[in-house]
Amino acid sequence: MNAEVSRREFVKAGAALSGLVVALQLPAYARTAAGALARLGPTLSPAAFLQIAPDGTVTFWLSKCEMGQGVRSALPMIVAEELDISPEAIRVEQASADPKYGDQATGGSSSISSLWQPLRKASAQAREMLVGAAARTWGVPASECATGEGSVRHDPSGRRLSYGTLVPVAAALAVPAEPALKDPKSFRLLGRPSRRLDTAAKVDGSARYGIDTRLPGMVFACIARCPVFGRPLTGYDADQARAMPGVIDVVPLEQGELLIGDFWRFELPGAVAVVAENSWAAMRGCKALDCRWEAAGGMSSAQLARIFRDRSAQAGRLGRNDGDAQTALEHAAKVVEVEYDVPFLAHATMEPMNCTAYVRGGRCDVYAPTQDPGTVSQLAQSLTGLDASAVEVHTTIMGGGFGRRFEMDWVIDSIRVSKALSRPVQVVWTREHDMQHDNYRPASYHVLRGGLDSAGKLVAWTHRVVAPSVIGWHAPGVLPPGSAAAAGEALDGAADLAYAIPNLRVDYCPVQTPVPVGWWRSVYASQTCFANETFLDEVARAAGRDPLELRRELLAGSPRHLAVLNKAAEQAGWGTPLPAGRGRGIAIHKFFSDAIVAEVAEVTVGPKGLRVDRVVCAIDCGLALNPDIITAQMEGGIVYALSAALKGAITLEAGRVKQSNFHDYPVLRHSEMPRVEVYILASGDTPHGVGEPAVPPLAPAVANALAMATGTSVRRLPLALE
Amino acid sequence: MPPTWLVVNGSRRTVTADPAMPLLWVLRDVMGMTGTKFGCGIAQCGACTVHLDGAAVRSCSVPLSAAAGKRVTTVEGLSTNRMHALQRAWIELDVPQCGYCQSGQLMSAAALLARNPSPTDADIDAAMDGNICRCGTYQRIRAAIHRAAGEA
Repeated sequence: MNAEVSRREFVKAGAALSGLVVALQLPAYARTAAGALARLGPTLSPAAFLQIAPDGTVTFWLSKCEMGQGVRSALPMIVAEELDISPEAIRVEQASADPKYGDQATGGSSSISSLWQPLRKASAQAREMLVGAAARTWGVPASECATGEGSVRHDPSGRRLSYGTLVPVAAALAVPAEPALKDPKSFRLLGRPSRRLDTAAKVDGSARYGIDTRLPGMVFACIARCPVFGRPLTGYDADQARAMPGVIDVVPLEQGELLIGDFWRFELPGAVAVVAENSWAAMRGCKALDCRWEAAGGMSSAQLARIFRDRSAQAGRLGRNDGDAQTALEHAAKVVEVEYDVPFLAHATMEPMNCTAYVRGGRCDVYAPTQDPGTVSQLAQSLTGLDASAVEVHTTIMGGGFGRRFEMDWVIDSIRVSKALSRPVQVVWTREHDMQHDNYRPASYHVLRGGLDSAGKLVAWTHRVVAPSVIGWHAPGVLPPGSAAAAGEALDGAADLAYAIPNLRVDYCPVQTPVPVGWWRSVYASQTCFANETFLDEVARAAGRDPLELRRELLAGSPRHLAVLNKAAEQAGWGTPLPAGRGRGIAIHKFFSDAIVAEVAEVTVGPKGLRVDRVVCAIDCGLALNPDIITAQMEGGIVYALSAALKGAITLEAGRVKQSNFHDYPVLRHSEMPRVEVYILASGDTPHGVGEPAVPPLAPAVANALAMATGTSVRRLPLALE
Repeated sequence: MPPTWLVVNGSRRTVTADPAMPLLWVLRDVMGMTGTKFGCGIAQCGACTVHLDGAAVRSCSVPLSAAAGKRVTTVEGLSTNRMHALQRAWIELDVPQCGYCQSGQLMSAAALLARNPSPTDADIDAAMDGNICRCGTYQRIRAAIHRAAGEA
């Protein structure tokens, strides 16, 4: 792996190492994944995820996971476009965990970009085979046939046959290797705003999330584990818990570790599960447990901060080294040096962590609101000793993911408890447990230096990123914190700085802390972009330059960046005067999905503190498949990032997370919502993922606006603590 | 434990459960109605919002004993066939992303419109501030409430 490895590539690499990735395109037709459909006779199935039955039913197996980002609507839309049917005519089924679907891990804003071509190709193959079948049936050239509304028609003779009718003939034809794909200019669905396919069930309570799984004989469990990370259980007294009404059992879980694919490390925490007839009894029973932990000597946030600072004094692993930054800084007419502090953050999905497992006599079913069904399956196999064929993962929709549901701690809990009891068990974490046992967005410390020459040109830039390694946490044996892959991940957004600066040096200093870290919407770009873009405003002030003008100059060779930057600035009215106490700030970031987002924030600083009034967002995400979902992802990313920028901080005292629920880990509420405007710029003919790119530029845009309003630089997050 | 009766979505129901059990868990785990969601357990997030005799309450913090003999309306009972003006507006504007908080958002909004058919932005802020959405659908929720108010 090279230093430029991204999370997406990493996840893929991990999957490849564990033997998960197979070609998405399977040559077999008449592949049947559903017994009921098989009984209808031959079906047309050019790829594992697509099947057309003789009764005309088009089934699409969704290999990716729906957490709110819209894949359950956007992916079927691609099939509908190429297959010339209406999206509503597609039966969308959640695929179980199976290598035949390819990589099912859902993250890195990669679902659309990775499946875009395979879905189009398989759908075009099916359409071409259906056309071939009709042409053969009618004895006419295929070139005279057209498709639409689920039928093939021959306009010269006015004949028409439905897809279903044609399936038996089409299924016997060879699958075309290179079917003709539609020209994006002729798309009738893609490129226009269209409704999501899953909204109705989300307004009447009928949508079933992981936590809504109900199985006959199912019991509920709540987990107690050491409040200091990674420490063992030394003893417990369960008498009071067992005496609670509704409590059925108390199950100790041994501490240990599990490796999947010789690669991923999973902690098996020393813990105690209280099993009860309902969630409430399980939670009450858990509170009544008297657990003894080896909890002494845990670190505080102040101690951790010192470790980060000390580490910054030594050089780190280089991620980029253009020119000679050190010499350029020594010769610079003016040097700007700033340090930034960014805190640990919880994911705080609305649906707390939960999972339902049923392990019994040679079979294991897991009902998991997961972003990574393949790993759930592998873990279940490892924990139960069963073969893949005896394990079924039922991926449910999720009440938010944001990276938290890549982790497996809550899955492990449910499988272990169910295995102990041989009955269906739903493990539900309380909000407090969820908040205090997350895999947190790493805290980070950034040291930046910028050198201006006598003409005020930015000629040197160094950025040292000090942070725990997410990859190193998950795969310490193969990709330890000191590895090139760890540096590549942690320097995302720092090493790939888009500004044209001749002398540029970026390095990464890993720090090891006991705090579990994980992938948090946009990952390290959420920190590096804050440091980059806030620092650039400091440089602009030092040079007496307008921050927009300076960015334009440094991005002169990057037309996509410039277009996005200019669009956001124009729409925001950059340069128009603001009354006292108000400020406007801009930031831009190219995310590793290749989407570029610029945001302009307008803030007011008044007696009630800081308020964000307006955020103008411009995005170039390549070919925009569904502008309304893209807009929703921009709105959502902005709100998620704004909660973090204004309020988010996880802090430690004696090794314990101090925050426990939404009263002390506050998030943005209705009354604090700024007006958000989104502008989508078109470029190229491939789509770039949009789930995360709105997050990174938000904090620096707000921080820069705050600095303008107050005249004081912002150098730490969250802003409310300033 | 003596049985407790209450009227849930128009039907008289009798449940046998600890009178101290929060209404949320009675609905979800005893009665099997999972539309009402668990989010925080301490009335901080609003995901569990239902109507008790027409008023929006956080069901995680209302013991069964306090609901005894009263009318409880959950998102499943907001309308038949999603015909409530708010549900229609939610669909027309594609409000939900993950959707997990939306049961609570809808129930808070329905209680608001029932007592204030033309809410201002400030009225919406006051009525909806207890309902957190992590996907950031606040702007669309506001627009959908205004749209529904215009139709009603």
